[in-house]
Amino acid sequence: MSKVIPDVTCPFCGTLCDDLEVTVSDDNKKIILVKNACAIGAEKFNHTKEPGRVIRPRMRQPDGTFKDISYEEAIDFTANMLVKSRKTLMYGWASTSCQAMSIGHEIAEKVGGVVDNCATVCHGSSLIAIQDVGIPSCTLGEIKNRADRVLFWGCNPAHAHPRHMSRYSIFPRGFFTVKGHKGRKIYCVDCRHTDTARVADTFIQVKQGYDYELLNAFRTAARGGPLPDEIGGVPKEKIYEVVEDLKTGRFGVIFFGMGLTHTLGRNHNIDIAISFTRDMNEFTKFSIIAMRGHWNVTGSGQVLSWQYGFPYAVDLSRLNKARYQTGETTSVDLLTRNEVEACFYIASDPGAHFPIEAMRSSSKKPTVTIDPHINCTTEISDVHIPVAMVGVETGGCAYRMDNVPIETRKVVDPPDGLLTDEEVLTRILARVNELLGAA
Amino acid sequence: MTKKITLNLITCRSIQQGVGMEAGKTSKKYFDACSIIEMHEDDMKELGIWQNTNVRVTSSTGSVVVKAVTTRQELVPGLAHIPMGPWANQIVSAYTYSTGEPCFKGFPIDVEPAINEPILSAVDVVKDACGLLKK
Repeated sequence: MSKVIPDVTCPFCGTLCDDLEVTVSDDNKKIILVKNACAIGAEKFNHTKEPGRVIRPRMRQPDGTFKDISYEEAIDFTANMLVKSRKTLMYGWASTSCQAMSIGHEIAEKVGGVVDNCATVCHGSSLIAIQDVGIPSCTLGEIKNRADRVLFWGCNPAHAHPRHMSRYSIFPRGFFTVKGHKGRKIYCVDCRHTDTARVADTFIQVKQGYDYELLNAFRTAARGGPLPDEIGGVPKEKIYEVVEDLKTGRFGVIFFGMGLTHTLGRNHNIDIAISFTRDMNEFTKFSIIAMRGHWNVTGSGQVLSWQYGFPYAVDLSRLNKARYQTGETTSVDLLTRNEVEACFYIASDPGAHFPIEAMRSSSKKPTVTIDPHINCTTEISDVHIPVAMVGVETGGCAYRMDNVPIETRKVVDPPDGLLTDEEVLTRILARVNELLGAA
Repeated sequence: MTKKITLNLITCRSIQQGVGMEAGKTSKKYFDACSIIEMHEDDMKELGIWQNTNVRVTSSTGSVVVKAVTTRQELVPGLAHIPMGPWANQIVSAYTYSTGEPCFKGFPIDVEPAINEPILSAVDVVKDACGLLKK
């Protein structure tokens, strides 16, 4: 007999859908069916069934092959590497639980590490802008129940957050939005006609890299100022029309993504998007939300913020004080300038997602990667420690993109003998304490 | 003489890339989803290539071989897209303008046909760039 587990939280993107139904085998070993998840979420759950999964730590040999080692050996290697290195990059954290992060930060405090999360190559620019100008934001529940003007700027939820539109932003019927999709006006600003643009009522095609100029024009139009005939490829008539339309809404919201944070201007693009939101509050209620990618990257920012006061790139190498300076303590800069002596990656794959120049530098340093699967980083690491998947094989706290904490659930048992992130980090911390005590 | 065109490149997530990533970085799904460059049909004509031709993409940082395809998510001529992943990151500059954030979107690339050059796997493309690939 199989059993159905309701209300499972999906550990893929920042939308953290918490209405999944997962059918598992009686012995709690196998996932049989996943309901309600998007294509990516379903793949994540179903992936646990794939054969060939690594279940023992592995150490890279001089000839490039990997040899299985015990957890004790792997933990000892990691602790020794951390204690020996004067400055270690401890990057990742976005796909693990807040509890595990907290233990990791304790290790960083002991050994003088730099703790950085995936925001550094994702919404880091947004965090800089939020520090500069603040953010008038709200929860996704408020969007569902109130928003009647929704603007997607430089983001493509149809691909990156597949259920965002059906759960919160476009289609659902809410308390004050009883007509659902029909009661909302959807706008999409992008440099290409994305699948999100296809479901929007109005698509505004901006020239790639002209988001700042266009947002500036939106601000001017909101105040009734004059505009040149065309800004970033968009005629001024269209800008006036859209802004007037936004003003007539009862509750508007801007969702923004990598289209703003990755292009030239970075934090200034977000800065002006937030300022436009603030301006719009002169006319109606308006909010802005960052489309956070990894399911718990927001959680990493939260935990780091309440522990050290900074949301990412926290340098603890001075042991008794936390420092943060983007461009200096951020992962890509640290690696390209060769400023760290060892690398410790957990729950992320910088090998695939960092510019290659950074990874070239990383590959020359002692490296340990903690990840459930083989990826581009594990294959250039000295030691790979496999762990149970958080949100599937073990539970833990995560934060949704609107900073709402949601508990993830364990649905199946991990393969026999596989430890969780929390267990591995606790044992590394204990070994680090032993080594430091002996020194 | 081989033709070459200069385009503006963006790297973004795609749902196929997401599914491939969860299927595993060594999976065929991931390879098929990410080792591509989406181009406008006009640019393909100008370059003199068909769909599914291998092309070499070069930026100021590096160079990578990927497969040229067209896309449903229409691009304007002159704009190209490689889904985020190890292939895209071979040519993304690590310079961050002191924000910590590399320029993943909006940089010039040269595209030229490379019909006989193979596309490396996700792990191999990273290993090769790091000098760890045993040939």
